Amino acid sequence: MDLSLIIMQLLSGIALGAVLVITALGLTIVFGMLGVVNFAHGALFMIGAYAGLYLASLTGSFWWGLLLAPILIGGFGMLIEFVLIRRLYGRSIDDPLLLTFGLSYILVEGVRIVFGSDGIPFPTPPQLIGVLDLGIGFFPRYRLFVIALVAVVLLVLWLTLEKTRIGLIVRAGARDPTIMQVLGVDIGRVWVAIFGLGVGLAALGGVLAGPMRSVNPEMGSLVLAEAFVVTVIGGLGSIVGAVVAGLMVGISISLVALFAPEMATIVMFALMAVVLLIRPQGLFGVRGRTA
Amino acid sequence: MTSPSGGEAVAKSTSSGLGRLLDQRVLLSIAVLAVLPWLLPSQALAVNVLIYGVVVMGYNLLFGYTGLLSFGQAAFFGAGAYFTGIAIGRYGVPWFAAVPIAVLLSTGLAAAIGIVSTRTRGIYFSMVTLALAQLVYYVALQASSFTGGENGLRGFTVDRVSLFGLSVNFLDPVNKYYVLMAFAALAMWFQSRILNSPFGAVIEAIRENEQRARACGYDVERSKLIVFMLSGAISSLGGCMLALHLSIVPLDILHYQTSGMIVMMVLLGGARSFFGPFVGAAAFLILEDVISVWTPHWQLFVGAIFVLFVLFLPKGIWGTLLDTLGVGKARP
Repeated sequence: MDLSLIIMQLLSGIALGAVLVITALGLTIVFGMLGVVNFAHGALFMIGAYAGLYLASLTGSFWWGLLLAPILIGGFGMLIEFVLIRRLYGRSIDDPLLLTFGLSYILVEGVRIVFGSDGIPFPTPPQLIGVLDLGIGFFPRYRLFVIALVAVVLLVLWLTLEKTRIGLIVRAGARDPTIMQVLGVDIGRVWVAIFGLGVGLAALGGVLAGPMRSVNPEMGSLVLAEAFVVTVIGGLGSIVGAVVAGLMVGISISLVALFAPEMATIVMFALMAVVLLIRPQGLFGVRGRTA
Repeated sequence: MTSPSGGEAVAKSTSSGLGRLLDQRVLLSIAVLAVLPWLLPSQALAVNVLIYGVVVMGYNLLFGYTGLLSFGQAAFFGAGAYFTGIAIGRYGVPWFAAVPIAVLLSTGLAAAIGIVSTRTRGIYFSMVTLALAQLVYYVALQASSFTGGENGLRGFTVDRVSLFGLSVNFLDPVNKYYVLMAFAALAMWFQSRILNSPFGAVIEAIRENEQRARACGYDVERSKLIVFMLSGAISSLGGCMLALHLSIVPLDILHYQTSGMIVMMVLLGGARSFFGPFVGAAAFLILEDVISVWTPHWQLFVGAIFVLFVLFLPKGIWGTLLDTLGVGKARP
């Protein structure tokens, strides 16, 4: 086993992890602000992939799909928050979780009705087909693009949260919504926007993953478990945690796939169990809230 | 059999003859289950209500009574079924030994998952149980030489059930139903004993206020782990029943969609009530049966009905009925 092969596999892991980071980020941001875990997150990831595929074939360009699907599905997410989840604030923390689980049933079956139960191939955009010579080996262009795009999205998100007035309101709202209301901020609008952002990120993850996996109505269920593992390892509500844990999980899956392929799906769960035994609140989680 | 204790004694003194009758919840439940095959449209449906009722009842111990929303109960349901099938098919263990062995092994699995997951609280617990149960799913998928992998476990048909010289043709649906009902009765008696014990009061105290229970000197972590194991044990018995009933174990039984279905059933029926799980299992399975006659997309409607229940009827069918009738704290 030579070193260049391991480095290439590492890079593959980062590409895989990048999609996980984006997806888990949506989950963790919504939890951090609203205290809601969205069990329909995987289903919305899947819907994002279908929306991207549909819009790409409608407009004839992958790029429109990539741009419009997250916005459209994000808007749909805002509708979900406004119509359904809003009614459950103040009730048991389990209720939004149960509701979104029921919702995932509806979404998955809805997609089966519209697009059928079989998987659909998601074509790689023509500009990104093929491999790039990195000197030590060949790497798919599309995966490099995914890594770069996720890095840009993370940077924009971070700058928005840390350096803008909107970010300030969002961060303060997460800490104490009541005070924000007293100060005259319409916290309901912040919540609906944040939920839309979280769902939009899931949809973006779905579109990005499309050309790397096949698109089918069940693809969300594995993604949901993966996103849970990542947020649990990173610490629920922690953005840095989601990034670190997402890359960690992606890389471990890739490297284990190289040595023991049959263990690849199992390794992330083992990783989670180990982290929980040592730090129940996750690597970057705050103790008290969840553990 | 159902000696009243603690909260139930209060209920008993305030309630009427109806309340006293409902105190015999195990006997009443058995009576209802005994006539179930003649109440439902098909006997196949009745057997499923029996099996899922036991699984959901075990889960109710965790969710309804202790307040722990696990999304991984399928792991124990599936473990019970797989261990039963493997013991009978691979090692030639007779059925009456295979069932306790399977329950014991599944309880061991519940201990392992419980040690990790009961360290977490709230939403974290739901996510961790889901993830660990998916781990069990993937292990079963990969260990195909033991489990049959994607095709499920086959080749362990039980056609005759004999015990103490009494031999019953297990292929006859009526016989099968009543043999399986004996398991269900045992599970109900066990669950009722747990709920009536001081330990039953402790887990309800943890649900109502964890901090206070801890301040009262109860070992919350240990109690959670024990209830997690008991709940897994009862649900795994449902898995054993399924294996005996179907003579195959489908891999899907371990998937988290099955865990979700268990959660849906307990909510439809009514968490925190003794007979609610059976009502919920019946409601879910009847819905599935009726809707799938005219559309293959029954999940769409079941999902929508579940969402409506969460929004407007969080206590479920049985729980709401009990509230309306004013049946006190015993909650049969």
